[in-house]
Amino acid sequence: MTTRIDKRFSELNKQGRAGLVTFLMAGDPDHETSLAIAKALPKAGADVIELGMPFTDPMADGPAIQAAGLRALKAGATLKKTLALVRDFRKGESDTPIVLMGYYNPIYTYGVDKFLVDAKAAGVDGLIVVDLPPEEDEELCLPALKAGLNFIRLATPTTDDKRLPAVLMNTSGFVYYVSITGITGAATPQADKVSSAVARIKRHTKLPVAVGFGVRTAEQARGIAAGADAVVVGSALVDALRSSLDKDNKATAGTVKAVTDLVASLAEGVRLARRVAAE
Amino acid sequence: MSVQQPNSFRTGPDERGHFGIYGGRFVAETLMPLVLELEKAYAQAKADPAFQKEMDGYLTHYVGRPSPLYFAERFTEHCGGAKIYFKREELNHTGAHKVNNVLGQIMVARRMGKKRIIAETGAGMHGVATATLCARFGLECIVYMGAVDVERQKPNVFRMKMLGAEVRPVQSGTKTLKDAMNEALRDWVTNVADTFYCIGTVAGPHPYPMMVRDFQSIIGRETREQMQEAEGRLPDSLIACIGGGSNAMGLFHPFLDDRSVEIYGVEAAGHGLTGLHAASIAGGRPGVLHGNRTYLLMDDDGQIKDAHSISAGLDYPGIGPEHAWLNDMGRVNFLSATDDEALHAFKLCSKLEGIIPALEPAHALAKVLDIAPKKPKDHLMVVNLSGRGDKDLATVAEHLGGKL
Repeated sequence: MTTRIDKRFSELNKQGRAGLVTFLMAGDPDHETSLAIAKALPKAGADVIELGMPFTDPMADGPAIQAAGLRALKAGATLKKTLALVRDFRKGESDTPIVLMGYYNPIYTYGVDKFLVDAKAAGVDGLIVVDLPPEEDEELCLPALKAGLNFIRLATPTTDDKRLPAVLMNTSGFVYYVSITGITGAATPQADKVSSAVARIKRHTKLPVAVGFGVRTAEQARGIAAGADAVVVGSALVDALRSSLDKDNKATAGTVKAVTDLVASLAEGVRLARRVAAE
Repeated sequence: MSVQQPNSFRTGPDERGHFGIYGGRFVAETLMPLVLELEKAYAQAKADPAFQKEMDGYLTHYVGRPSPLYFAERFTEHCGGAKIYFKREELNHTGAHKVNNVLGQIMVARRMGKKRIIAETGAGMHGVATATLCARFGLECIVYMGAVDVERQKPNVFRMKMLGAEVRPVQSGTKTLKDAMNEALRDWVTNVADTFYCIGTVAGPHPYPMMVRDFQSIIGRETREQMQEAEGRLPDSLIACIGGGSNAMGLFHPFLDDRSVEIYGVEAAGHGLTGLHAASIAGGRPGVLHGNRTYLLMDDDGQIKDAHSISAGLDYPGIGPEHAWLNDMGRVNFLSATDDEALHAFKLCSKLEGIIPALEPAHALAKVLDIAPKKPKDHLMVVNLSGRGDKDLATVAEHLGGKL
């Protein structure tokens, strides 16, 4: 089965460049604005969209993404509305993959089977659920694969060669390499270390490897893109969005543009990188 | 509702950390190798007689165990029914049961060569116990504490500082225990190589619920022996307060297969179960948070709700996974006591027994006042007096309309 994610990475491969994966918290700062941002992302240069599912207790996230989730929840975000956002996004866009990213409790509460049916119908392509390691694959990973959704796993600096096969076993779509030990947005990854880590993962899998956590600028994106199949940017975009809000955390006329401008600059950085001969 | 009961209630968890559907290892990949490493290190320590011998030495000479099982004569007279015993965990060094678990975990951390200890704390008792053992063994100690709790538990914050620990007030979320736990997990995910996370209750990813239970079970094992000595038989009922549930699990676990022993866990009903409270079993449903599946207070979207209790130590929207399972199995009866009921019991115990209890066990005492009068005089009831009330005096004074 070829998914939208598989297709996108094979196109990128043909173009000989790395992709840009952009993170956006669904419902931040409100439902309409985040839908408008999502709709503008492909044109701005996003190759894959990661849509955060807001959660009150995001244990692996830094202050920027924590605050984004709380803004969204305060504005009335729910998992149901996140799926509606994807459905509306899909009305005008059928090529850019959407990956939902978040924590398990809202999905568990929604009901795993119902969630998978509704997510698939809405046009979701993959899932990243931070607090579901391979040890808990029966919870959601295996049912998701069965439902035709990609289940994208995080590999980290603590995932050694012995553990990698277990982590990769039921991973599909791409592998998300977390470039630092830490929370989102905390530290800056070092490009040389990252490319050797990507090479290590690639010895175990044919899947594309996207690298994220801590990438903030076009220059960094360019450095990382030289040694990876895609670069993920999250906290920097969330920060750009936050800076555009008024004092009550409401969207302003500049909110969508604040995000798309940064995406365009990151996309340029990614496109400037030459693919290394390592692959 | 009839539930298929197992042959033994004491065999859990399974090798993947499950108690029925509860428990598990719901953590980020960065932490997973650490959790597996800890599981292995703990299994090795448990099988090593030298480890137990060293623990026993510190439990006797540093913690001051065994804690007495005390016949609370005037509390018994007041209730006019069951014969009430207090298990005096408040007499331990640092003033609560928390030290039993911290000692065990610090010994494991030392075996693993970890030099930096992090902990979360609500009322500050677990933080104080962790700071104490870190001082004793010369380890770096960082305690995460919700900013709201830092404000309402000032004496404990100062104690931790005197002991050389760094207290980091947590400003995220609701600024209470659950946020302190989030922040401790964020620290752990960042400092994986040298850091040991010392969890204060029977919750978190496997092996924590099992390991903390094992370290706290000394409470129940001593109670068995002491009751045998005092009365020549087992108690008829046990009762303890439950936030995460470590003092309760420690008392209950050695008795789970003695079907004649009635077991009561008391959650914090705060302003009442229709208002703000912290009773996860009474007012919650199964969900996944902080590494385990258990009963949680949450809304229809799976967002975690704010808990409330007058007692910072019970102010948590979840409960240990083994308690969740024991509830579903019908082995433990879960009750709840409101802030007002706990305050009443707090005052009564102070005046009748000359023991100022912490607000946490005051919740258990509040339900003793309900249950004991209905029992015959030969009914032997054990209450876990899990901590002393010095830390709560300012809170109580404020509720009684005054100041210290």
